[in-house]
Amino acid sequence: MALEVAKFDKRPWVLLSPALVTITALVVIPMAFMLAYSFYLNVDLAVDKPAFQFGNWIEIATDKYYYVAIWKTFRLSMIVTLLAAILGYVPAYFIAMTRFRHKWMLLLLLIMPFWISFIIRTLSWIHILGHDGAINSLLLYLGVIRHPMDMMYNQYTVIVGFIHVFLPYMILNIYVSLDGIDRNLEPAARTLGATGWQAFREVTLPLSLPGLGAGCLLVFVLTAGSYVTPLILGGPNDFLFGNLIYDAIITELNWPMGAALSITLLVLLGVVVIVYSRLMGLRQLAKAFA
Amino acid sequence: MKKMDSTTRLERLREAMGNGDIDKRDFLRLLGCAGITAGLSGGIMTSLATQARAAGTDLYFEGWGGVVSEALRKYAFDPYTKATGNKVIDSTFGGEKEVLTKIKAAGSTKGHNILHSSGVDWYMRWTKGGYGVKLDMSKIPNFDNVMESIVAPFKKITPGYLSAVPYDYGTTGIAYNTKHISKEEAEAQGANILLNPKYKGKIGGWGGDWANRAWFGALQSGQDPNNITDWNAVWAKVREMRGLVKKYWSSGAELMDLLASEEIWVTEAWSGRVAALQAQGHPIGYFDPKNGLAWMESMFVLKGSPMDESEQLLNFMLAPDTALAVAAGQKYPSSLDPTKVKMPESVTSLPAFDPTGKLASLVFRDPVKWNAVEKVQGRMWDRIKKGG
Repeated sequence: MALEVAKFDKRPWVLLSPALVTITALVVIPMAFMLAYSFYLNVDLAVDKPAFQFGNWIEIATDKYYYVAIWKTFRLSMIVTLLAAILGYVPAYFIAMTRFRHKWMLLLLLIMPFWISFIIRTLSWIHILGHDGAINSLLLYLGVIRHPMDMMYNQYTVIVGFIHVFLPYMILNIYVSLDGIDRNLEPAARTLGATGWQAFREVTLPLSLPGLGAGCLLVFVLTAGSYVTPLILGGPNDFLFGNLIYDAIITELNWPMGAALSITLLVLLGVVVIVYSRLMGLRQLAKAFA
Repeated sequence: MKKMDSTTRLERLREAMGNGDIDKRDFLRLLGCAGITAGLSGGIMTSLATQARAAGTDLYFEGWGGVVSEALRKYAFDPYTKATGNKVIDSTFGGEKEVLTKIKAAGSTKGHNILHSSGVDWYMRWTKGGYGVKLDMSKIPNFDNVMESIVAPFKKITPGYLSAVPYDYGTTGIAYNTKHISKEEAEAQGANILLNPKYKGKIGGWGGDWANRAWFGALQSGQDPNNITDWNAVWAKVREMRGLVKKYWSSGAELMDLLASEEIWVTEAWSGRVAALQAQGHPIGYFDPKNGLAWMESMFVLKGSPMDESEQLLNFMLAPDTALAVAAGQKYPSSLDPTKVKMPESVTSLPAFDPTGKLASLVFRDPVKWNAVEKVQGRMWDRIKKGG
């Protein structure tokens, strides 16, 4: 027994303690508060009574309204993730493989959008796709169309808005993964008779999967947790689960229901992470940044 | 250096764009510059602004943004700061619920002093919630010029004292694009024009306020909005309209943008915002349907605010020169009594202006009836808005 105690190494815990304390203070405790709040009773607007009742949870579990929101959220997140993966792989590959001396400039260009507020970047699409926007103005000027096209306030614009904002996350993740691949592997495959496409498919793509997977997970979770983009760029049919949380907390002033909905979204996204872990293994996430 | 957050900066930029003060190219250029500037210098500027505000008292004001904020800043806040050294730090909201949420989350009213509060219903909510103050009217002598008819509903809620001073009033009627919809057609259809399938995909509506939506649902279902007996009929009309709507707007700036860009041709709209669009030369018509919604706005002082400075600001804002300049700027008639204060043509020509000072022709929301059903019916609107 004394031997076992002597073997216990405190150093990892000491090193981890600042992070653990921070996570506990900023994540665990607030989440615990939210969980407790989800059992409270909303008596009137902005008036909550401490209680231990399951009304909010029963409503979420039994009301089809919330299932529709979950379905819409996962569907849209999946579309955005797939499109971001397809659109993000090519530039990531280019940045990783280029022999351009100033590669840092390409990476700088990639992170430059982060200097501008997310909301401003989202709003900019109104001035690109709107009736008075750049595209309609150009087409009208060129005589291609006689009346402005209706391009705003639909699912398409919401997807465009999401991809615009989240694509850099995808590219960066894939890039880091691609950059870590031994440059000799593809030529080696070629010398063994593989075509360029085969070398990419059999060697580079599988080795870049950790980054692709990490990017997909990140984009999916970020999309599913959003509410501003549909609010600005969407029409009446475009909303995500986050918009229900916004409604409950901001417009209905019903914090217990807002807390229950927030925990629900957290659990649902937690399930996505677990599924990812089963398919890819969470250790692959670390590899993506290795 | 005046503190300005990114949202305010963007709001002003979009407003200038909407006003036609800058063209699209400049807008996009400034947008980029604003972002880069914010990224590079935001921290330094915030620190400098904090130091600059060290002198005088800071009063935190929250209002409706767009042309309304512009007018208040230009004709009331900036001159007040110049005259007294006290600074008014103004920001915008999409609705007072946002402020209430923030106050509730923070557990105090710190950072919130004066609200451009809408409607007597919100006055009731703030005061019943314990957020009101007792204004010392002897320090607001300009209050004597305010219409008795606009003060009475507030006094009814807090007999013996006031927590706010009524400041302006307006209507929510129907705005339509005259290039596509004639005046005769619009006025003949009244509130039902928002249900005309001919304009599917070109109809807008305010998404931020359940009561506004329900008011129009009541008109469309042939009911007295202040005495709704069949809520199912109201929501059936709202559902019908939803199927035709392109966008539920959430702020005055968004409303103006949608109408000006012709993304939508017809919507219910705030009278002052439409007047601002008309002044800019946009082909927008406006009318108040029968029993259309009128409202009065007040400058509400929240509990915990520096009282002397707040009362001083309210008095400054109610001075005829200031109040009338703000009215002409924000395009909403002033609460000053036109039988006591001579009004310029720029104010008397505003939509909903009542030269009698009695406001007898306008229909206001009955706060007792509407607040009582808000919890249930407000939630109903949130669901219907999403197709539920």
